[in-house]
Amino acid sequence: MNFGFTEEQELLRAEVRKFLDENASLEKVRSQCESEEGFDKKLWEQMSELGFVGLTVPEEHGGAGLDLVTLLVLLEETGRSLFPSPLISTVIAAQAIQRFGSDEQRARWLPGLANGSCIGTMALLEQSDDFSPGGLHLQGKADGPDTILAGRKLFVPDAGKADLFVVAFRSGPGAADVDLAVVERETAGVSTLDSAGMDLTKRLGSLVLDDVRVGGDCVLAPKKGGWWVVQSLIDLGAALVTAETVGAAEGALTITSDFAKEREQFGSKIGRYQGVKHPLAEMYVDIESYKSLVYYAFWALDEGEEDAALAVSRAKAYASETFPMAGINGVQLHGGVGYTWEYDIQLFLKRGKWMRPMYGDADYHYDRIAYLGGL
Amino acid sequence: MDFQLSAQEEEFRDEVRAFLKENLPAEGERNSPDFLARWNAKVREKRWVGFSWPKEVGGGGGSVMEQVILKEEMARQKAPGLGTCFMGLAWVGPSIIQYGNEEQKKKYIPDILDGTYQWCTGYSEPDSGSDLASLKCKGVREGDEYVINGQKIWTSIAMWSKMMILLVRTDSDVDAKHDGITCLLVPMDAEGLEVRPIRNMGGGSMFAEIFFTDVRVPVENRLGDEGQGWQVTVSALANERSSIAEVYGLRRKMDELKELARSTTRAGSSAIEIPSIRRRLQRADIRIESMRLNGQRFLTKQLRGEPLGSETSINKLHRAALEIELGELAMEITGSASTLMRGSADAPENGRWADYALGWPEVVIGGGTPNIQKNIIAERILGLPKD
Repeated sequence: MNFGFTEEQELLRAEVRKFLDENASLEKVRSQCESEEGFDKKLWEQMSELGFVGLTVPEEHGGAGLDLVTLLVLLEETGRSLFPSPLISTVIAAQAIQRFGSDEQRARWLPGLANGSCIGTMALLEQSDDFSPGGLHLQGKADGPDTILAGRKLFVPDAGKADLFVVAFRSGPGAADVDLAVVERETAGVSTLDSAGMDLTKRLGSLVLDDVRVGGDCVLAPKKGGWWVVQSLIDLGAALVTAETVGAAEGALTITSDFAKEREQFGSKIGRYQGVKHPLAEMYVDIESYKSLVYYAFWALDEGEEDAALAVSRAKAYASETFPMAGINGVQLHGGVGYTWEYDIQLFLKRGKWMRPMYGDADYHYDRIAYLGGL
Repeated sequence: MDFQLSAQEEEFRDEVRAFLKENLPAEGERNSPDFLARWNAKVREKRWVGFSWPKEVGGGGGSVMEQVILKEEMARQKAPGLGTCFMGLAWVGPSIIQYGNEEQKKKYIPDILDGTYQWCTGYSEPDSGSDLASLKCKGVREGDEYVINGQKIWTSIAMWSKMMILLVRTDSDVDAKHDGITCLLVPMDAEGLEVRPIRNMGGGSMFAEIFFTDVRVPVENRLGDEGQGWQVTVSALANERSSIAEVYGLRRKMDELKELARSTTRAGSSAIEIPSIRRRLQRADIRIESMRLNGQRFLTKQLRGEPLGSETSINKLHRAALEIELGELAMEITGSASTLMRGSADAPENGRWADYALGWPEVVIGGGTPNIQKNIIAERILGLPKD
C-alpha cells in the first residue's frame, strides 16, 4: 500500500514549483492572461523544453513517456498558480492521437505536441452543450477517401491558440458512427472565434468548420470507433481538470487563510472567529477529500482498473460541486476588498466557475456514477 | 502510487480469508446462541483481539498494515467485532499498556482481551464537554487513597460496567488547565458512587450521570503520575486512527438505505426513481468513498513514519455529516410513515430507521463535536489563531 508519490515525482514537483515561483506569481499571471493571446509563448516554450508538455508522450515520439500520476503532480502546481497555458488541451489532443491513432498518425503529430511547437485541443461540444452521444451532430460526409466536415464546435479550450484540433464528428446516424478527425489550423475552411470568458487564465472559443476537407489519414483509427472513444477522452479531461482544481483550491485556501491571519476587526485577527475559521476548515475537508478521490482516479487510469471511470466521476462531481462555492466563500471572507479586481481571490472564484462545467458538471457525473455503478 | 499488497501482506490476507471461511457462517446462520461465544473464543485464540498490542501483554503484535488488512477483511464479511470489551480495547487498554505499571497490566489487560467485563469512561462533566480540560470533579489525596467528589455525565454503558477510567482534578492551582488532572481506575461498586441512567431523545438509555460522594480509591489505582492524566488520555485517544470500521459501517447503511428506497413506493413509483433522492444517495456514496481513500492516504503517511497530525478530523467530520444525512434520507424516502416508531403497524422495517434518525448524536456529539473538529483543523492545520 502506497498512496503517495515517488521521490522522482516529488523532485519533479520541486522543479515545477521553482519554475512557477520564478515565472508565475499571481502578479505575473495577471499580465500573462490579460494579454491578447492569454498566455506567455516564451514560457510555453521553456516549459516544453523542460519536458513538462510532453510528459506523457512516449519517448519514441519525443516525450518523457511518464504516467498520468506523474502528470498529476505537474497539474496540481499549475493549478495552484492559476498558470495560463494550453497544457491540458495539448495533453488531451496528444492522448487522443496516442490512444487512437495509427503508427503513422502518431509519428506525424506527437513530436510537435510533445515539444510544444504544436498546440493541440479537443473540439467536442456543440450548440447542444451535451456530453452524450445524442448531443453530437457535426457531420462528416464521406467523399471518396476524404471526409468533409461542416459545422460549429463550441466551448473549445484554447481554440484561439491551437494549431491542431481533435474534432469529434458523426459519420452516420448510428450510435457507433462516432469518429475523431485531426484538423490542422491551416486547412482550408477552418476558423476560430475567441469567446470573452470570465476566467482569463482559461480561454474558450468556437471552431468553425466550413466544408473542411480532411484526408482519410486524418481520421483516427479505430474508424467508427463508437462513443467510448470520445467518452474516454471526456473522462481524461475531467481527471486533468480536477487535478488542477486541487492545486487551485489549495491556492484559494492559502490566500484566504493568510488574509484571515492578518486582517483585524473588533480588536482581533478575524481568523480567531469561528465564523471565519469554520468555512475555511470545511474548505480544507472538501479539498483533501476530492484530492484523495482524484489521486486514486489517476492511479486507476494508469493501471486500467475497472473502476477508473467511476473514480474520475466521483472526483469531478465532488470538485464541481464544492470548489465554486469555495471561491465564493473566499471572496466573502475577504470582505469588501475581495470584490475588487486588485485582490487575487477573485481569480480563484472565476476558476471555480470555469471548472464547474468542464468535461461534465456534477449532475453529469452523478448520472455517470449511477450508470457505471448501477443505482 | 501503488494500491497492491506485498506478497507477505497477501499471505496474511489469505490467512484471514481462510479463517473467515472456516469460522464465519453465512449471515443468516449467525443466530445460534453459542455462535458469538465460539467466535469470541476463536479470535481470541488467534490473538486477533488486541491485534495491534504487544505480544508481551497478550496482544497480537500485528503491524499497521496487517491491522488494516484484518479490519478490512472482517468488515467485508460483516464479521462480528474482535473482542467484546469495547472501551477497554479502544482506549483503556492502550492507556494501561502505555502508562500502567506491571501489576496494573497483569490485573486488567487479560480481562479486557477476554471481554470478562465492561469498562466505561468518566471524562465529560456537566460544565466540561467540548472544553474537557476544564473538568472539576475532585480527587484529594488522603494517605494511600484518593477521595473523589463531583459529577460525571454522558458515561456510556455505565450501568453494565464493572470498571471506569476516570479523570479527576487533583490540583486546581495550576497555570494551564491541562495540568493538575489525574487518571484513576475506579471500580463501579465503590461506596459513594451512584449511577443515574439518562433517557435519550430516542427513548433509550445508553448513558448515565455518575455522582461521586467521598468515593475512596487506593493510590495503586492511579494510571500514570499525579497530574499526568491529560497526557494519558490524549495519547490513548490518538491510538484510534483508522476509520475502516466506520467506512464499512456506513457502506452497509448505504446498501440498506438503497434497498429501502427501492422497496418504498412513493406516488406510484419506487422512491429510488426520485431525482433528489438519487442525488443525495450518490453524494453520500462519494463522501464515503472519499473517507476510505482519505484513510489510505493517512495510512501511507503512517507507514512512511511521517507524523500524522490532525488529519483524522477530516473523516470525523465526514462521518458526523453522513450519520445525520443518512437518517434524514431515510425519513425523506419513507415519507408520512417516517416518524412511526417500533411496534407501530405501518412503521417501515418496524421503526428501525426512525430509531436511527434519532441516534446520530451518540456519534456526532460523542466523538468531539463537529465544531471542535473544525477548530482543530483551522488552528492546527491552517494555522489560524487560537480561539
